[in-house]
Order: sequence, then structure tokens, then C-alpha cells
Amino acid sequence: MDALRFIDKPLTWGHAGLMVLMAVAVLAVVIVFVTYAIYFERKVIGWMQFRKGPNRTGPLGLLQTVADVSKLLLKEDTIPAKADRGLFILAPVLAFIPSFLVLAFIPYSKGLQFADLNVGFLYYVALSGISTIAIVIAGWASNNKYSLLGGMRSAAQMISYEVPLVISVVGCVMLAGSLNLNDIVVAQSGYFWHWNFLPQIVGFAVFVVAAISELNRTPFDLPEAESELVAGYHVEYSGFRFAFFMLSEYVYVFAIASLTTLLFLGGWHPPIPQLDFIPGIIWFILKFAFIVFCLFWIRATLPRLRVDQLMGLAWKVLLPLSILNIFITAACIELFGMGG
Amino acid sequence: MSEENKNENEEKLKQAPEAVPNETAETPREPEKQAEAPAEAAAPAANQADTPTPAPAEPAGEAAAAEQDKAASAEPATPQASEASEVSAQADAPKAATADETPAQPAEAAAPAAAAEGGGEETPRRKETEEEKAARRKAAFEARQAAKAAAAQAKADEERAAAAAATAGAAPSSAPAGGEAKAAAPAGAKAPAPAAAEAEAPPPKPPSPNQPRLNRTVELLRELVAEDAVEEAYINEPNDHLPTIVMKSGHWTQAAPLFRDHEELGCDYLRNVTGVDYETHMEVVYYPLNMQRCETYCIKVRTDREQPSVPSATHVWETANWNEREIYDLLGIDFPGHPNMTRIMMPDDWVGHPLRKDYVPLDPEV
Amino acid sequence: MIRTEELLLNVGPQHPSTHGVFRIIVKLDGEVITEATPVMGYLHRGTEKLAENLNFTQIIPYTDRMDYVSAMTNNYVLCHAVEKMMGLEIPERAEYLRLIVMELQRIASHQVWWGTYLLDIGALSPFLFAFSDRERILQLFNELCGARLTYNYMRVGGVKWDAPDGWIDRTKQFVKDMWLRLDEYHNLVSGNEIFLSRIKGIGQYDAATAIQYGLSGANLRSTGVDWDLRKTEPYSLYDRFEFNVITGKNGDCYDRYLCRLGEIEQSLRILEQALEQFPGEGPTMGKVPRAIRPPAGEIYVRIESPRGEIGCHIVSKGKAEPYRLKFRRPSFVNLQILPKLLVGETMTNLVTILGGIDIVLGEVDA
Repeated sequence: MDALRFIDKPLTWGHAGLMVLMAVAVLAVVIVFVTYAIYFERKVIGWMQFRKGPNRTGPLGLLQTVADVSKLLLKEDTIPAKADRGLFILAPVLAFIPSFLVLAFIPYSKGLQFADLNVGFLYYVALSGISTIAIVIAGWASNNKYSLLGGMRSAAQMISYEVPLVISVVGCVMLAGSLNLNDIVVAQSGYFWHWNFLPQIVGFAVFVVAAISELNRTPFDLPEAESELVAGYHVEYSGFRFAFFMLSEYVYVFAIASLTTLLFLGGWHPPIPQLDFIPGIIWFILKFAFIVFCLFWIRATLPRLRVDQLMGLAWKVLLPLSILNIFITAACIELFGMGG
Repeated sequence: MSEENKNENEEKLKQAPEAVPNETAETPREPEKQAEAPAEAAAPAANQADTPTPAPAEPAGEAAAAEQDKAASAEPATPQASEASEVSAQADAPKAATADETPAQPAEAAAPAAAAEGGGEETPRRKETEEEKAARRKAAFEARQAAKAAAAQAKADEERAAAAAATAGAAPSSAPAGGEAKAAAPAGAKAPAPAAAEAEAPPPKPPSPNQPRLNRTVELLRELVAEDAVEEAYINEPNDHLPTIVMKSGHWTQAAPLFRDHEELGCDYLRNVTGVDYETHMEVVYYPLNMQRCETYCIKVRTDREQPSVPSATHVWETANWNEREIYDLLGIDFPGHPNMTRIMMPDDWVGHPLRKDYVPLDPEV
Repeated sequence: MIRTEELLLNVGPQHPSTHGVFRIIVKLDGEVITEATPVMGYLHRGTEKLAENLNFTQIIPYTDRMDYVSAMTNNYVLCHAVEKMMGLEIPERAEYLRLIVMELQRIASHQVWWGTYLLDIGALSPFLFAFSDRERILQLFNELCGARLTYNYMRVGGVKWDAPDGWIDRTKQFVKDMWLRLDEYHNLVSGNEIFLSRIKGIGQYDAATAIQYGLSGANLRSTGVDWDLRKTEPYSLYDRFEFNVITGKNGDCYDRYLCRLGEIEQSLRILEQALEQFPGEGPTMGKVPRAIRPPAGEIYVRIESPRGEIGCHIVSKGKAEPYRLKFRRPSFVNLQILPKLLVGETMTNLVTILGGIDIVLGEVDA
């Protein structure tokens, strides 16, 4: 299922229609994921805090997110009096669109991918930067000092952490010899110790930390630090505009979890080749779910970092580590001929 | 429990209906009698227990004693106690006070006699006390005679009562009502005893343990601030013998740093600043504390009511900063020298000073 | 040259981290605070003025609402002041009950502080853990006096309600469980890298500053000053129990954190001893005259509340109502140091420092 197959063919209504349908299918999958990711986040964090999460709306509380989203849809659309209307309305849209676009290139299983791009990971990096602009716009357009502070903090944070994020992946790219995600996954075939998280353990650690920060999740959730900035850059947003910000955050969670699975946990490969009668997509989903669970777990446990400590961590710790990772990987490839 | 008390009351009433007034009258005497014996020995004990020595103000003390009687006397309900107190009040002022102190903890014990004194005189002057002591000595002596006579009988009665109130009497440590108090009397009596002894004995009260400190403070103030700096100085006995000094606001500017800096006073910690509106004048009460020696003082700075003004102590103790703002806000006392004399509790545009006695709110129905 | 301006930011009065209705006007240069001005009085309810028309038993519910997180100690300070003035004895059982509830209240108050402090710092779970344990204490209080937050439990002369059957055993069980939970608190938070880097070295001041500003409680002890009113000026039955005073070294937020968690431990120790020594039976109310009229005079008592030294200054003219009733509120005095500590800090640290001082707005404003 590769929409790019249609690139070389004439653009007929049928082909266009198929592409749209495939896009809608991906969107549907993602929205369902977001709905239940929110539900499970609340449940898991609740269990970790000695309480049950939502369990009233619908059986076992499964319709909680549906209820929340409906509420948000029905809310009044308030725009602060002196806010910059155009930018105010643009910001959530600008935050959401890149997050959705990023999903295009993720392969869930062999051959199950919306668009097989040769530049794979670079595409993600380019698009996720646009969301940073959206946050700054949101902070500015709200005409609120708290949002402005939150927006500025967030911009600083996201830019700082993109650098180690990208550099930490370079090690995997070097091992696979290609930026194409399919190739990177293929390069991890074998047993689970061939997956990149062991050979590239430093890169893995840096990637995970930088990814949590990119997602603005605890312990790096300064932009939305409820207790300090009263929700930071989206404090003035209500109703569905607010929902867009939340939606984009969870879609990025989806994207990052998928990327982690693909880049470091072997994608759709089973831990031992003998288990490959279980379809790859199941393995993908299992690993994906594990990563998402770990994200929730970290959120329930750790306190927040202060903004200067956050910056210090990015530039003084993660960046040197990721560069070191590249050197060591290069050395190993040269000396031991690992990878291609 | 109140029901149990009532039952015990009734029992006692039945046992010795006539003796009731006597009992209550005698109860205070009984500790007295015991007090006589271990008088001096108990005195230090009393002091350790922080029991203030019996109040010199016997006449006044009686009124207070009446109250103490009620508290300390046996189960008999308050009305009986009051009757008893009337009976006993005549000669038993100090004893009643001491009886109160019976089993109570030291802190509590301090209160009764102190309260007695407090009730008696509001601001006893140092010089006066000796004269009063002499006067009281006579009355106390006579009282003691009568007490001895009745003491023996009282004791016998108590033991009967104690036996009757077997259940309650189990806890010598607990001294809820008079019955049990009597049972615990021997043990408890020592506490009231010394006080009682001192009460009825010669100079009603031995000088307070903080008297020397107070004297020295007054000396220092007289020497180093001004001859007439100190208006009054006394010991506030209920309050753990707190040396209290009353000053006029004019001298406070120099006196405050003295309290902090002079090595004999050395009060580096300001505990509390209170403003009080007596209708004729206003007072700001400072409580500095010397942490090393755990010594507190109480300085009342008086000022008049029309233009109340007390020099600020903020440059001496930073604690005074917001406290003085609060007093300014609520009472209207100005503190020249304060770095930021603005309202703190009330909104900035409020008119009037709410804590004053003559404050009329803008909207009386609220 | 880039032109920058100072930003004037209003933190509060509605803000998740100001622990109540409290407003700080902050001048920011980027993220750094150049000046902070606290504005309070949003919760000022005129307790002291109201008290001038109420008799002492009627004032007790008002004291509950001052420091509503630690209502038992407030009750106690008022009752203790009146009892001291009047020289009343408190029965053993009542005093033990008072001490037990005060120590339970200390644990509950510190749990609120711990949970909310960590929530401000960003950790979501400790809040839930703390409140789930605190729920047990509130259940115990509910069984004892019918209320979970504003107890109105103590009376002049004793306590209002006796412990129901099995209450002591349930409390003993709670103390056992709480020891384990306290270990969990430490395991979860006290060693966490992120937490330590947020807290160490923040909001530091030395002992001399603390004493100048009149700080008390953990704020003072974290600088190394060994001053705990339960030990230095013992009241109630605290001199019967063995417990340590936890002091810090550096006077930063981390030391305050450790002091308060250490205080929970010491409270558990005191509770164990008190529950062992609890008298099997006894009255819960001492001999109190029907009309509570302290003799004319003044008194200032202070006890160690979870926040520091809470004091009650009563000026009485012999009537049933106080002439002037003033509470020395620890949060009010402790908060004075906030503007000084905030200069040069970032906004994030504002929340950390404010949480570390542990204020309750009901007490700041009274």
C-alpha cells in the first residue's frame, strides 16, 4: 500500500480518490489512536496513583475521550479582545497539519506504508520544526503575558532538542547506510540484539530524552507547566482550538513512538526469527504500545525540569553525547565493518 | 461522662450534705495544711513547676479564688462551689488559688495563682507588694489556724469520698473534678502546697524568679535611654512570669536597639507585635525574645489616641515590618521610620481603621 | 541594541500554585525577577474584630478557619491561652487526646504541604499518595469529632468529645502503616535527580536572617537553629515524650523539605509513645466555670504549629469576651522574607520558594 506508486501514473480521478481514501484511512487510525491513548494515559497514570482512571462514561470509561471531545466541540469559541485574530486562528491549524503530514512516511509493516520516501527521517525533522512556529504564534497572538512566556520557552526548548534528536539518529543511518526507514528496519533483522537499541545504546538514550522533550511531555513540559504558567501558550484557547493543540501533541506521540520502534527497536521484526509467523504488524503494535506506556510511566513519576536546566541538558549533555555516538559508530564501522 | 460526674455529685451530696460547703471550704485548706509542712521544700518544687507564688493581692485574690474554687473543688456542681467559695473566700483566697494548682500540670498550675493575682491587681507596683504582703500576713495566719483544725476532718472526709468514687479515683494523674482531685490530693497537694504555704505564709509570694531580670532591665533602660523611660514595670505572673515594661512612645526609638544589642538583654528575635486600642490610649506591645537564654520580655509602648504614633522598630527587627503595617491598617497607629507604611489587609482605598473600638463600618447592615 | 522592557506580571490571586488567594506582583526582566511585591488581604475575614463580641467558646470555630489545614493547633492555642489565664486544670485523658490530635494534625498538614509542593514542582503522583494517606487521618478525625477539616474539637478545660471505641487502636494501626508510607515517600522523591536539582540551593538564607525576620518552624530550623517550642518552651505533655528536633544546615528549600519530612517521623514517634501511655479512662473536660471569664490581664501563649510559632495574645478585662484577641500567625510572619528571596530568581523558582515556605492563606490574612 504505497501511495507513491501513483506518482508516476497519470492523475486520474480514480487515483486521486484512492489517495484521498488512503489519507483518510491513516487519519482515522490516528484519531482512534489518539482517543484511546488519552484514555489509557489517564487510566495508567491513575493506576500508578492508587486510583482508577475514568470508569464512568461508557463501559469501563471507554467513551471518556469521546465525551471530552464532544464537550470541546460544543464550547463557545472565545477569542480574547485584543488578540491578533488571524494569527490566533491560524496557530492551532499550523500546529496540527505538520503532525499529520509526518505520519505519511511511517511503515507499519513490510509494504504497509503510505509514502515510501528515500529521505525518510529528514522529512520528519523538517516538518516538526513548523510546529514550533505554530506555538510561538499561539503565544504571541493570545495577547497574554503568560502565553508569551510559554511560547518563548517552548520555542527555545523545541529548537534546542531537535539538534540532539537528529544527530542521535545519524548512528542508525550510518549502520543502515540509508535514510529510508524501510532500509533501516531491514538492517535490524535478526535477533533482538541486532536491533539498534543495543549497538546504538547512547543514541537510543539521547533519542528518547530528546523525543520526550520534543513532545513537551513531563519531565520537559515547561511550556504547559500548569502550576507556573497556568497552561502556558494555550491558556487563552478554548473549545476545539484547544483540542487541536492536544490532538497535535498526541499525533506527535504517535509519530515519535513509531519512529522509536522503527529506528531502534527493529520495526516489525520479531525478537527471535522463529516467531515470525506472527505478522509484523503485531510486533510493531506491541513495541509501539510499550513505548507509549513508558511515556505515560515517566509522566506519572518524574517532576519537571526548570527551563535553564532543560537548556543545559540539551546543549551540554545530549549534544556532546550524540556527537560522540557518531564518532564511535564511525570508528566501529571502519574497524569492525559493521553494517553497510 | 458528665452523667458520671453528676452521679458522683449526687453520691457525695448524699454522703455529706452538710459537709459540702465545709468540704469545699476545707479542700483548699487541706492542701494548705500539708503545704505548711513541706513549705520550703515545696517552694523550690513549686518554682520548678513554674507555680507562681501566691498572689499578694489577697482581697482581690479572693474573687479570683472564688473562681479557682469552682474549678478545683469537688464534683459539686458550680452553684455549690460558688456557695462554698463564698464561705471559704473570706479567709482562703490564697489557698483556693493553690488548691487549683493541685494536680494540674505545671503550666496549668502557673495559671491559677497567677490568675488570682491577675484578677486581683492589674498592674501591681513593685513597691506596693511588700506593704500588701504584711497586711496579708495577718489574715493568712488566722486562716491557717482555722485551716489546721478542719484539715484533719477534711482529709477523713476526702478519703471516704475517694473510696466512694473508686472508679474515678484510679488515676492519680488525672485530676478532673474535685473528688478525684482530693484522692490525688496527697500527690497533687505538693504542687498547691508550696504555693499555699507561700500564699498564707509570710510575704504572700516570694519574689518572682524573673524579678531580678525585670529590675535589671529597668535599670538599663533608666541608665541608657532616659531616666523616665520606664513608666511601669511588673511581672505578669499568669504568663510564666513575663517581665512587662510599659514605656512611652517617645523613648522607643532608643530602647528598641538596646533590647537587641545590649548583651544582657540580647533579644535578637521579635516574637510578636500587637496593637491594642484601649479607649483612652493605644498601645503597641512588643515581645522580643532572647533565643540563647530563652528569655522573653513584654514591652508595651503607650501612645495617645488622637494621633497615635510609635517609632517603627523595623530597622531593629525586620519581623516588625508587616506586623506594624497590619497595626497601621487596622488600628491607625502611625509608625514613623517604617519603610513602607501602606495598608496590608484592607484594600488600599479603605477609609477608617477597622479594629478601633469606635469604628463604624460604612455599611452598618453588613 | 535590543530594547527590552520590564514585564509586570501578576501571579494570582487565582493561580494554581499560590496556595490560596494570594497575589504577587512581579517585575520580570526576561525570566528573572527584579522585584516582587506580595499583596494579601483577599482572605481577611476580621477574625480579631469579630472575637471582641464573642465569648471564648464561640471563638473556637473561628480559629479552625484561620489555618484550615492545621485546625487542631489553632484550637489548642486559644484554649491554652484561656486556661492559662484562668488557671484551669486539664484532665490527663483530655490532654492526651489533645496531644494525639495535634500530632496527627501535624502529619496531615505536612502531607498537604508535601503533595502540593511536589505538584508545583511537576510531579503528579506524590499528591495522590499524600492525600490518600491523609484521608486516613481525616477519617480518624471524623470519627472523633464529626468533622474533617474544621473540627471545633477543643474546649476551654478539655475536649468536647471522647475517643470512640477502638479509635485508639485504629490510630495505632495508622501510625504503623504510616511508617511504611513515609519510606515510600522518601523512595519516590527524596533521591530523585530532577527533584534535587530543582530544590537544592534554592531560596537560601542564613540563620541570622531567619532570626531577624522572625521566621519559625521548619523555615528557622532549616538554617540550623535548634528552636522547637515543643522542646524549648514545652506546653501540654510534650516534656513526657522523647523526640528529636530536626534541623538543617544550609537554609535552602531542600533542607526545609527534609526538616518537614523529619517532623512527620518525629510526630509518629510521639504518637507511638502517647498512644501507649493513653489513660484508659478519665473525664475529658476539667472543672470549668459555666461562664468562662478570664481574670483581667494579658497573656501571650505560643505553640508549635506545623507552620511555626502560632501565638495567641489575649487582653482581657474580666468579661466573657476578650477585649483584644490577636493571633500571631506563623504564615504571616514567615511570608515577609519572600520579597527578599525572590530577587534574582526565575519564575520557576518563585513557585519552588513559595511552596517551601509553606503558607496557608487563611492564616496569612486571618
